[in-house]
Amino acid sequence: MKSNEPRSTSSCAACKFLKRRCTPNCQFAPYFRSDEPKKFANVHKVFGASNVIKILNEVPHDQREDTVNSLVYEAEVRLRDPVYGCIGAIASLQRKMAELQHDLMVTRSHLAYYEAKPSSTASCSFVDYDPLNANMPSDFVDTSVSGGFLDSFSQNIFNMDQSGSTNEFGQFPFP
Amino acid sequence: MTCTRCAACKQLRRRCPSNCIFLPYFPPNNPQRFSYVHRIYGASNVGKMLQQVEEHQRADVADSLYYEAYCRIKDPVYGCVGIITVLHEEIYHAQCQLAKVQAEIDLLKAQAPVQGELLGLQVNEFLANQNGAYCSTQSSFDPSFY
Repeated sequence: MKSNEPRSTSSCAACKFLKRRCTPNCQFAPYFRSDEPKKFANVHKVFGASNVIKILNEVPHDQREDTVNSLVYEAEVRLRDPVYGCIGAIASLQRKMAELQHDLMVTRSHLAYYEAKPSSTASCSFVDYDPLNANMPSDFVDTSVSGGFLDSFSQNIFNMDQSGSTNEFGQFPFP
Repeated sequence: MTCTRCAACKQLRRRCPSNCIFLPYFPPNNPQRFSYVHRIYGASNVGKMLQQVEEHQRADVADSLYYEAYCRIKDPVYGCVGIITVLHEEIYHAQCQLAKVQAEIDLLKAQAPVQGELLGLQVNEFLANQNGAYCSTQSSFDPSFY
């Protein structure tokens, strides 16, 4: 016999994709509207529906929307760059940051001379930023098998931009 | 069947064939590596992602998946997108600083254009003697550059 669960008038994108009945307490419904089928399709392809639910269950309710947005973004970037995913994006941003820091150092040197300071060396007062190792979780243990993948993407980041798509991140979910 | 199963086949409690796709990238001496990617992506998704790229790229795929999974476990809400957010902010602040310093140079230049040319020669000499790693050949001072 058919289930006694009340039918939803409109299935969410997840239930439509999974071809199942969308119940009123569907965990996907608040975050995957029926008019955005591609969003769930991408997330499902990279993470899988059950893993998404597990991740959502680990976070408080008020943070689930941000969690979904970050998963959607990560999935999109991974599908666009199947080799490096968000790591390629991080490497590209780190490279840009390193270039900016270089430009800032040079420009401040020029400013120091224009200001004709009495001290002989131009001091660069910006925060001691190490672009090669920035933002790496401090307790992360590098167990790469690719001959130092993380070393290569931080120290030889010019070599990372092979896919040609690391500068196109799509719409960033967190302004 | 390999005598020593890879970390994936150990966790999945199955035989590890000699052509196991996980074997080169998830060695048995590091079970945590596969545990993290399995927790976030699932074994079958990881297998698919490895299979859809060329063999010489699979090590990088495994490493990047591990790093992203690690970030997601440490920060379940934002994962490595949190790192991207921070980098965007840092880049924005650096761009603002750069614009500010360039504006200061423009102002000084406008106030003392003749002095600027004389100082420019000294700057070139200074930069030529710099041992800093970040100074490039393009950094020789050109007052008209700004």
